[in-house]
Amino acid sequence: MPATRNIGDVLLDVDGISISFGGVKALSDVSFDVREHEILAIIGPNGAGKSSMLNCINGFYHPQEGTITFKGKPRHQMQTHEAALQGIARTFQNIALFKGMSTLDNIMTGRNLKMKKNLFWQMLYFGPALKEELEHRAVVEEIIDFLEIEAIRKTPVGKLPYGLQKRVELGRALAAEPDLLLLDEPMAGMNIEEKQDMCRFILDVNDEFGTTIVLIEHDMSVVMDISDRVVVLDYGKKLAYGTPDEVRANQDVIDAYLGVAHE
Amino acid sequence: MFYREAGQFKTSYNKDQAVFPIIQDRWFIAAVIIGAYAVVPFAADEYWLQAVIIPFLILALAAIGLNLLTGYAGQVSLGTGAFMAVGAYACYKMTTNIPDLNVVVAFLISGVMAAAVGIVFGLPSLRIKGFYLAVATLAAQFFILWLFNKVGWFYNDNPSGTITAPPRELFGITITGPQATAEARYFVSLTFLVVGAIVAKNLVRGRIGRSWMAIRDMDIAAEIIGIRPLQTKLMAFAISSFYCGVAGALYIFVWLGSAETEAFDLLQVSFPILFMIIIGGLGSIMGSIMGAAFITLMPIFLTNFPPMIGIHLATDLQKHLEEIIFGGMIVAFLIVEPHGLARLWQIAKEKLRLWPFPY
Ligand SMILES: Nc1ncnc2c1ncn2[C@@H]1O[C@H](COP(=O)(O)OP(=O)(O)OP(=O)(O)O)[C@@H](O)[C@H]1O
Ligand SMILES: [Mg+2]
Repeated sequence: MPATRNIGDVLLDVDGISISFGGVKALSDVSFDVREHEILAIIGPNGAGKSSMLNCINGFYHPQEGTITFKGKPRHQMQTHEAALQGIARTFQNIALFKGMSTLDNIMTGRNLKMKKNLFWQMLYFGPALKEELEHRAVVEEIIDFLEIEAIRKTPVGKLPYGLQKRVELGRALAAEPDLLLLDEPMAGMNIEEKQDMCRFILDVNDEFGTTIVLIEHDMSVVMDISDRVVVLDYGKKLAYGTPDEVRANQDVIDAYLGVAHE
Repeated sequence: MFYREAGQFKTSYNKDQAVFPIIQDRWFIAAVIIGAYAVVPFAADEYWLQAVIIPFLILALAAIGLNLLTGYAGQVSLGTGAFMAVGAYACYKMTTNIPDLNVVVAFLISGVMAAAVGIVFGLPSLRIKGFYLAVATLAAQFFILWLFNKVGWFYNDNPSGTITAPPRELFGITITGPQATAEARYFVSLTFLVVGAIVAKNLVRGRIGRSWMAIRDMDIAAEIIGIRPLQTKLMAFAISSFYCGVAGALYIFVWLGSAETEAFDLLQVSFPILFMIIIGGLGSIMGSIMGAAFITLMPIFLTNFPPMIGIHLATDLQKHLEEIIFGGMIVAFLIVEPHGLARLWQIAKEKLRLWPFPY
């Protein structure tokens, strides 16, 4: 299945990234690249630096060494909100939804950057502002249909079960129509059925919209199934990097990670 | 029953997005507004208008302003009185120095001045949150009132230190100063509240409102979506202070007639308005109005109701009772129902909708 998609040029290039917090070296000299339309998985034991890597990619952490090149442009020190402008969206390991808002409003917020009507029109909620609101609402409704969450449209997300919250968070990220989608453990804490649904959504997003995806996942069967390439981190270092088969066959990985997991 | 949602299918996103998607709600609100214009001014006497209804309308406007900032954008402020004072003093300076200036325009410019001051005092909100921000806005409260008291220019070096609303007309009818009738002043306050409430509702159900709530609920996630925290918070401070500034100008010009800075005191204004939005409902425009009604009516109720059932309370006991009830309710609402009266009303409607046969 992945083979049928045409993987494009390098979209994101991560080169020699290091970051440490106090004495803890969360990442040391990690390099890899992500090509257009591919699904790349980052795996590794707890505390390996996976989430830190995503935080560097979307500008939330500033690496002390190394460069990140996105869409061919080397990135300088940037503020967090700029990543969204460049076309990067993400979900979080510990769901970061807007708890007081409904599913619909959460996903609508994902489209904020695309909405341009100024304060004046917003005050009137009429004419161009209403038209804009309805256009975006229509897109959001498509996402809601796609994720099969029609029934919880108006529910405050704080009241939803965990699995659905993860889905809404994916919806919010999709609403931005990102070029690069970062998913931090999208299936953590889900049962088999929910995991299958989530896998299907991720593959469909990748397939239908051509979105490039970097995801972190602990479930090895999932990783091996859906990703084109895999980066293995351990104690902040890159242990292996390649196709699922290559990684699976790598002795370091077997020793350090798979071995542990299978004990 | 009155509330029957079943059978009312929303056929378009536009209809679904309406403020009151249920038709009975729309009728109810329309009836309230028509009643407010056509019945209240003739049914209520001078005392009710002056002592209860006009201050309720003006405080409700300020409460909406504070709710935008605190309930929607999540930035706690104790500076409401100060922002209202900025509006009042700005309006006083403008109307006394430019006698030809239309007074409604003066009210609006007063709001803009308050917005500018609000932005300045909102700057710390980028760095500090919650309790610490509340303390910073408290500093605004004390500093601004001190300044207006200290510098004679603000009250035209008037020896009494008070500002007095000069008589000004709108459509040939005097609406400010001692000559203005209670009815005229009522219509002005009501119109400002109605327009202010509609505009606020429009803001909170669109892009800007969602960015405020996003910052309130999870600022890091909001930032990663591309919402700029400083801009968003400052806009909340500006718009909130605009509402407070206009309310402050109305407070002097169409209600009190003349006042000193004490009229905008922390305990006189800032806290009661905060209580209004807590009791009425954080993050609800309707709740702001309900809270304002509740807090202005409660003392009247305590004065009039016990004698009606034959209990005569001493004045000081009544005052204490009032404070105890407010205090108790605030604690209760904060713990049990942070969405306040607005939410209780919604629950009541839901019950009513199903009554007498729950599905
Ligand atoms: N903001 C931070 N401040 C201090 N230490 C941090 C910070 N972020 C990450 N770390 C540290 O960096 C190391 C890597 O953390 P990270 O969250 O990236 O791991 P992870 O691979 O995502 O682990 P998990 O599987 O548990 O999510 C950990 O030791 C963590 O304590
Ligand atoms: Mg992690």
